[in-house]
Amino acid sequence: MATATKGMFVDTTLCTGCKACQVACKQWNELPMDDETAVREHRAFTANSYDNTGHLSASNWRHVKFVEQFSEDRVDARWLMMSDSCKHCEQAGCLEVCPTGALYRTQHGSVDIHQDVCIGCRYCVGACPFGVIDYNQRTGRVNKCILCQDRLEDSQGTACAKACPTSSLTFGNVDDLKAMAAERVRALHARGQTDAYIYGWDLGNRGTITQGPNKGAAVADMEVVGGLNVFYLLLDKPEVYSLPSSPQLPQRNMNPSAGVALISAAVLGVTGLAAFRRRRMEAVAASSEVSS
Amino acid sequence: MQFSDWIVFMGSNMAECHPVGFKWPMKAKANGATLIHVDPRFTRTSAMCDMYVPIRSGTDIVFLGGLVNYILSEKKYFLEFMINYTNAATLINADFKDTEEGDGFFSGYDAKTRTYSNATWQYQRGPAPARVPEAPAGAQGQSVKGVNFAQLIANRLPGVPKEDRSLQDPNTVFQILKKHYARYTPEMVERITGSPKELFLKVAQVITENSGRDKTGVFTYAVGWTQHTTGVQLIRTAGLIQLLLGNVGRPGSGIKALRGHAQVQGATDISTLYNAHPGYLNTPNARRAHDTLRDYILTETQPTSFWSNTPAYVVSQLKAWFGEAATADNDYGYDWLPKITGDHSHLPTFVEMSEGKIKGMILTGQNPATSINSTFQRNAMRNLEWLVVLDLYETESAAFWKAVAGSDPAKVATEVWFMPAAHIAEKDGTMTQTSRMIQWHDKAADPPGQARSDLYFWYALGKKLKARYASSTATKDLAIKHMTLDYDPDPADVAEWKHKDEPSALRIFKEINGYEVATGNVLNTFGALTADGKTAAGAWIYTGALQLVDGKVVNRARMTPGKNDGWVSPSWGWAWPGNRKQLYNRASADPDGNPWSERKKYTYWDATAKTWKNVGGDGIDFAPTKAPGAAANPTGIGIAFHSGRDPFLLKTDGKGWLFAPIGTVDGPMPTHYEPWESPVKNLLYKQDRNPVAKFWDVTGNKYNEFGGVQFPHVITTYRLTEHHLSGAMTRWLPWLAELMPDLFVEMPPELADEKGIANGDFVTVTTERGSTEARALVTRRLRPLTVDGKRVYQIGMPWHWGYMGIATGDVANNMTSLVADPNVTIHEAKAFTADIRKGRAR
Repeated sequence: MATATKGMFVDTTLCTGCKACQVACKQWNELPMDDETAVREHRAFTANSYDNTGHLSASNWRHVKFVEQFSEDRVDARWLMMSDSCKHCEQAGCLEVCPTGALYRTQHGSVDIHQDVCIGCRYCVGACPFGVIDYNQRTGRVNKCILCQDRLEDSQGTACAKACPTSSLTFGNVDDLKAMAAERVRALHARGQTDAYIYGWDLGNRGTITQGPNKGAAVADMEVVGGLNVFYLLLDKPEVYSLPSSPQLPQRNMNPSAGVALISAAVLGVTGLAAFRRRRMEAVAASSEVSS
Repeated sequence: MQFSDWIVFMGSNMAECHPVGFKWPMKAKANGATLIHVDPRFTRTSAMCDMYVPIRSGTDIVFLGGLVNYILSEKKYFLEFMINYTNAATLINADFKDTEEGDGFFSGYDAKTRTYSNATWQYQRGPAPARVPEAPAGAQGQSVKGVNFAQLIANRLPGVPKEDRSLQDPNTVFQILKKHYARYTPEMVERITGSPKELFLKVAQVITENSGRDKTGVFTYAVGWTQHTTGVQLIRTAGLIQLLLGNVGRPGSGIKALRGHAQVQGATDISTLYNAHPGYLNTPNARRAHDTLRDYILTETQPTSFWSNTPAYVVSQLKAWFGEAATADNDYGYDWLPKITGDHSHLPTFVEMSEGKIKGMILTGQNPATSINSTFQRNAMRNLEWLVVLDLYETESAAFWKAVAGSDPAKVATEVWFMPAAHIAEKDGTMTQTSRMIQWHDKAADPPGQARSDLYFWYALGKKLKARYASSTATKDLAIKHMTLDYDPDPADVAEWKHKDEPSALRIFKEINGYEVATGNVLNTFGALTADGKTAAGAWIYTGALQLVDGKVVNRARMTPGKNDGWVSPSWGWAWPGNRKQLYNRASADPDGNPWSERKKYTYWDATAKTWKNVGGDGIDFAPTKAPGAAANPTGIGIAFHSGRDPFLLKTDGKGWLFAPIGTVDGPMPTHYEPWESPVKNLLYKQDRNPVAKFWDVTGNKYNEFGGVQFPHVITTYRLTEHHLSGAMTRWLPWLAELMPDLFVEMPPELADEKGIANGDFVTVTTERGSTEARALVTRRLRPLTVDGKRVYQIGMPWHWGYMGIATGDVANNMTSLVADPNVTIHEAKAFTADIRKGRAR
């Protein structure tokens, strides 16, 4: 029996940029430093605000963004922070293009990776509109946030949300989180923070940006790629946070080539893997029935 | 803090440096509070606040004094609170002279010794009770046998302080205060601090309009306030504001002192300071009347405050330390204690080390090689014959002799032992956090390799010393010879662990908590301590953390997370004294004992039950059954000298002190002095700098010219979320090292343009002490300030880096100097001057 879809609500107005989520993610998932040599040789400092990890990667499944918005006279003064990760999209481009079924939808609604099924073809890397998935040079496979699948199976929330001191990250049932987000946007608007809106779902909020280069521009909730199970409360246009304002799944435009991909897959003898995938999915389904 | 209506963060970067506790300000914000950050830099804390106010580092007393002036001149004070709970109405000696008359000096200054006599700062008092003749004191070592301390203390009662509750007398504290701050106008605030007047006035409005019966607010500070040559007075200025506005002892009120690390509170309670014994009892001092135990007790006991109980605390402490050897016949071993002769704190100790006066050092939990004027400190360490370092990693201090530290190993004769230490999760014990809350933690894992707990180190060392001195009869050896040292573990408690000889932290905790000597039973309250040797307690303030309940010892420092006992959470750890989570909470009720308002109801008088009660089960910080209407007793000792409406038990008059007749060595009221190094002169007084600040005119510690042009920029140092202190717990951790890999200096683009510096460039920052190389982080989060019409740049640098570990970098403290606050010898690292240029240092 499928359980309720799990996800996270990321309220950027509560993010202090402490990066506890990044560390908790690495600790729980046993991820290494991105580039120890660069740190030791003093090549890791980016001079890009307080962000020294730069982007999501095979060893950084979570990344805190820092956006400084200061006018020359400092009348406008805002430092935006946002903890980013895989959004576990309703229409997940990565999952759709994966030829082996290594990427799969869990019973919690999240997108996980069977590492032993991944062949490192990297189709998913290009299919993700958010640049989340990364090829791991050490393992020859891809990695991304898997919503702490092992914790979820033990009825625990994600490690990052657990570590977040200000509840900027909240783990829960997506339906509950949507209600919470709607309430939060209402409260912020009532306080005069009219730029608050939701990125990922359309909960009906409309507002106006109060600070920064986009001051005065209208913002509105937006549902993207069928909805994001990890979704965001933002205070400025998505581009400001390096999020696409209109994310598309590349394969929507590439139907003819999909056939080619399938043929290549067959040529590469992946059918055996597909069969393996079927067996595994059945096993997972069976075990989840027992546990739920 | 969640119930605060306003929060001013000043001298604190709470979101970055206390990120876990920051959830409470965020709750307050969600509840509608206004959050304000006053800081030289726009930080991650500023980002979370409703309002950011820039300020020149080191001018906080002007900003806060400006608020005091605003409150007094606009009559925004909470009159009923102020007149009843503070010394506003008290009359000060008519000979007192303010800094307004002395151009920066109070009366009592001696230019030759650079010290104040506080004789003219005292209260006017009525006649003291008649003295009765006293029996002559016994000889040294026999001075307290048969002594009745209560009689001796009663014989030292002063007269009752004089008041003018109309506040009109020019000698009232209220009038003195008004005069003292009259020139701290909004215009003066802007001229000196660089904070725009409009922003200053907005802060003044927010805090005054949101204080009173229904509303409360807090100031939150950390070392951004303490690390100044005026640090103590700076914090006192916030105290004045909160006393005037009625923001003390109430929900959502107060001044939150955020500690530099998790156990700083514990390290002062169970003192690692040279001048205090555990429980804030002064260390015997050869320069005070401390010759015998009787002298010590009578010198240290305040007859008219809760400290009137000092004899019981002192004798119980000696019993805890010396056990059966401590008797009334030998003054409980008082004479075995060493006496201090001066300032033996960190900075003067290293000056002595540089002069070759110190042979050896045991270093644990500190990293002086990257500390204040680090070059000076590293050079000083080269004079040591031996050095023992207990730490998690080979820190910069353990490696001070290596070439990487700038040393020539062939020329350093110091013998260095490195002792690998266990981490907190690898040992039992307690931490006492910033809210005075003691929290017990259990060992979770064995330490790796040869690492051992610090308790083991000191215990094993103590046992070896005791064995060595066992047969000595020399007086100087008696303290070690008679010291109680019996903390061997119960074998069952260490059965699952690698080491079977780790001392029992719980046994040590029991000695600190205190016990009845005859039975060994733990004592539930410091009220049970006596001055006759029948009780023992290492630190009276911790008595009751362990309690005897139904014949069993309950460790109340343990947290009970599952137990929902409301927002006060009396079962979540144990806050000294007596599990009082909110100090001075008598002040949360009006003089008659009723709540100031329903919204801020906390501690109140239940007239029917004739007792004080608290809405959340907090400990009552007052005599529990003393009625609000109880009159002061001019011949009563201790808190009997106070009335039922005097909330401050530890003060000699039970009042909050707007004016401090004793306790501070640099004046009874906070006064602005420029930092020791400043680009501008003091615009308020002819006296530029704190006249009694501590400085060291020694080689390697040259100060930048005051008001000079060679070092024109104001610089401040600070911490980041990603690292802790000198990085000794973080720069070795891969996950943290990559988050903040390199030392940087933050500067505004306006300065960078002038210097031709691009974001990310290597730059060199210099002072008279030395230079530090860093990467430039050019950001509009910093801004040029206009100070007295002149443009002043501020730059800032975190001080986490050093030459060891994974993430290495230059030492920011190469640039700081040995100069300190005169009250507590805290250094001034938060405001000094420097120059900056493009390019590498070395």
